[in-house]
Amino acid sequence: MTDHAIRVSSQKTEKASLLYDPKVRSIFFQILTAAIVVLAVWSISHNVATNLARANIASGYGFLAGRSGFDIGFALIPYSSDGTYGRAILVGLVNTLLIAFTGVITATIIGFIIGIGRLSKNWLIAKLCTVYVEVFRNIPPLLVIFFWYSGVLAFLPVARESWKLPIGMFLNNRGLFFPKPLWGEGAEAIPVALLIGVIITVFVGRWAKKRQMRTGQQFHTIWTGIALIVGLPVLTFLALGAPLSFDFPNAGRFSLSGGSVIAPEFVALYLALSFYTAAFIAEIIRAGIRGVSKGQSEASFALGLQPSQATRLVVVPQAMRIIIPPLTSQYLNLTKNSSLGVAIGFPELVSTGGTTMNQTGQAVEVISIWLVVYLAISIATSLLMNWFNARMALVER
Amino acid sequence: MKKTLLSAALGAAAMSFGFASAASADTLSDVKAKGFVQCGVNTGLAGFAQPDSSGNWKGFDVDYCKAVAAAVFGDVSKVKYTPTTAQSRFTALQSGEVDLLVRNTTWTINRDTALGFNFRYVNYYDGQGFMVPKSLNVKSALELSGAAVCVQSGTTTELNLADYFKANKLEYKPVVFEKLEEVNAAYQAGRCDVYTTDQSGLYSLRLSLSNPADHVILPEIISKEPLGPAVRQGDDKWFDIVTWAGYAMVQAEEFGITQANVDEMKNSTNPDVRRFLGVEKDTKIGTDLGVTNEWAYNIVKGVGNYGEVFERNIGQNTPLKIQRGLNALWSKGGLQYAPPVR
Repeated sequence: MTDHAIRVSSQKTEKASLLYDPKVRSIFFQILTAAIVVLAVWSISHNVATNLARANIASGYGFLAGRSGFDIGFALIPYSSDGTYGRAILVGLVNTLLIAFTGVITATIIGFIIGIGRLSKNWLIAKLCTVYVEVFRNIPPLLVIFFWYSGVLAFLPVARESWKLPIGMFLNNRGLFFPKPLWGEGAEAIPVALLIGVIITVFVGRWAKKRQMRTGQQFHTIWTGIALIVGLPVLTFLALGAPLSFDFPNAGRFSLSGGSVIAPEFVALYLALSFYTAAFIAEIIRAGIRGVSKGQSEASFALGLQPSQATRLVVVPQAMRIIIPPLTSQYLNLTKNSSLGVAIGFPELVSTGGTTMNQTGQAVEVISIWLVVYLAISIATSLLMNWFNARMALVER
Repeated sequence: MKKTLLSAALGAAAMSFGFASAASADTLSDVKAKGFVQCGVNTGLAGFAQPDSSGNWKGFDVDYCKAVAAAVFGDVSKVKYTPTTAQSRFTALQSGEVDLLVRNTTWTINRDTALGFNFRYVNYYDGQGFMVPKSLNVKSALELSGAAVCVQSGTTTELNLADYFKANKLEYKPVVFEKLEEVNAAYQAGRCDVYTTDQSGLYSLRLSLSNPADHVILPEIISKEPLGPAVRQGDDKWFDIVTWAGYAMVQAEEFGITQANVDEMKNSTNPDVRRFLGVEKDTKIGTDLGVTNEWAYNIVKGVGNYGEVFERNIGQNTPLKIQRGLNALWSKGGLQYAPPVR
C-alpha cells in the first residue's frame, strides 16, 4: 500500500511536468486573462489619447467649469445659460433622479394592483389585467414613450384655449400650470414640525409593538401617526399666522406666465415608464404570491386569522422574499430607460450631457460621465434593495 | 499553450492597430484605397440633403459631396452618405467614420480649434431666423417674450437663441430635441410657438409642414451662420481638395462655365479658362492638389457650377424659392468669391 503510493507519486513527478499541474495551469491562465484585460484597457486608452492628440482635441474635465451658454426648459435647481457645463449636467442628473424616483413609486403601485388583479377570482378583472400586462410588456419602451407624448400633446388644448381647473390651475399642451406657493417668514419651522411628527410616530410605533407583545393589547398607531405627521405641521402653520401666498398663473400673450408648471415631456415620460415597468412588476408580484404555498394561507385560516390578516401577516411577508430581488432589476431598468426621454426632449442626463458634448466636442469625457453616473445610481439602488432584501429574508431557526 | 499565448498576443496587437487606424492622417489615400468618399450629411433637410423616393440622396450639400468625388475619382457616383444628427455629426467626423462633413454646419472658432476641425470654404452664408404660426400675429422677434421655442440640441442655434433672448431681456422656454423630425413634430403639434434655426432651414422645414402658408418667417436675422464643409485638422492635403472643390464651382460660375457647355469651353482661347479646365499644356495644378488635372472639369461636368447647384436644389424654381442674396457671386453683390486658380 505504501509502496504503491510512493510509486504513483514518483511517477507523477517524472512524467507530469508543470504543464499538466492543474494548479500551475490555473494560475497561468489567470495571469494570462489579467494581462489581456490590462493590455486591452491600456491599448484603448492609449489609442484614444493618441487620436485625440493627433486631432488637436483638448481632453480632460476642465471644460465642465466653462459657461454653458444654452438654456434648459425644465430645471429643478436654479440654472441659466450663464451656468457652467457641469451645472447643466447636474440639472440633467436631478431630472433623471426625479423621473426614476417618481416612476419607481408609481410603477410599484400600479404593478401591485395589476399583479394582484391577475390573481383575482373575478373573471373580468383577471382578464383585463392579463391584457394590460401582455400589451405593455410586448411594446418597446420608446414606442410607449412616443405614444404617451403624442397622446398627451394631441389630447390637450393649445395654450390659448387652456382648460381651467379648480384652485387656479390650468391645463394645456404646454403643461399643467398651478399656483406657486410663496412661503413667508418663519416657514422653515413647518418642515421641522413635520420631521418631529415623523420621529415621534416612529417611537410611538415601537412602544405600541412592545406593549402588544407584552399585553396583547393593540394600539391605533396609524391614526396617532397621521394625527402627528399631519397635525403638527398644520398647527405650526396656523401658529405662525399662515405665512403663505400664491403666485397664480395668468394668461400671457403666448401661454400662461407665472405659477409653476409641469412640462408635458415630464408627464409623458413619467407615465410611459411607470406603465411600462408596471407590467413587469405585476408579473413579479404574481409570481411571488403564487410562490407561497397554499398550505400557508390554509394554516393561517385554521389559526383563525381573517383573510385580510392572512394576506398581510402570512402571505405577503413570504412573497416579498421572492419579489424583492427581481424587483430591484426592474427599478434599475426604469432608471436606465429614463435616458429614452431624450427622444421627446425631456432634459435628463443624456439630453443635457449630449448638448454639452456637442458644444464642447468632449465626447469621451461626457460618455465617461454618463457611464459613471448611471453605474453609481444603479449600484446605490442595488445596495438599498439588497439591504431591504436582507431585512425581509427568511430567518432560519 | 505557447500557441494560446501567441494568438492572444496577436489578437491584442491586432486590436490596438485596429483602433489606431480609425482616424488616419492621410484621408486622400484612404479614400482612394476604399474607392469612395464617405460623406456626413443631414438626416433629411429638403433641398440640402434628403433621399428621394428611390433612396438616392439629393440636395445642395449632397452635390458638394459629389463634387469632391468628381475631383478625386472623376465620378460623382463614388460617394456613400452617412446621415448624421446635430449631435452625432462631430463625433462621426472626429472618429473617422466620415471623410468630410457637409451638413449645414456653422464655422465657428470653437469648432475650428477645440473640436479639431478645419473650415475654409463657405458654401452657404446663412443667419438664424424665427418661424411662427401666422395666427399668433407676431411681426417681430422682439415680441416673443414668454414664448416656447423649439430648437435642435447641440447647435449654434441653441446658443444664439439663449444669447439673443438674454440680450433683449426676453423670457422664453426652450423645448429641445435631438432630431430634426422631432422638432418638426413638436412645432406642428403646437408644443411651442416659435421654431428657430438657420433661415435656409426654416424655408425648407416650412415646406414639410402640413400648411406651409399658415406659417411666417420673421424678418430678424440674429446671427451669422457661415455653413460649409468641415474636415479633420492635421490633414492639409485632404483639406485643400475639399475646399478647392467648392472654389472650383464658384470659379466656374464666374467664368460662365456650365454643365452643358463645359466640353465646348475646353476649346476656349481664354488662358484662365484653359488653365482652370486643365487643358493648358504641362499644367500641374490638379496633380499638385493631389488629384488629376481634369478635376475642375470633372466637377463642373458632374454637378455644374455653383449657380446651377444652387438653382437646382434650393433656388427660385424649386419649392424652397430661396434668393441668392448673400450667396450671389462677389461681382453681383454677394459673398461667393473664389481665390484665383493659378
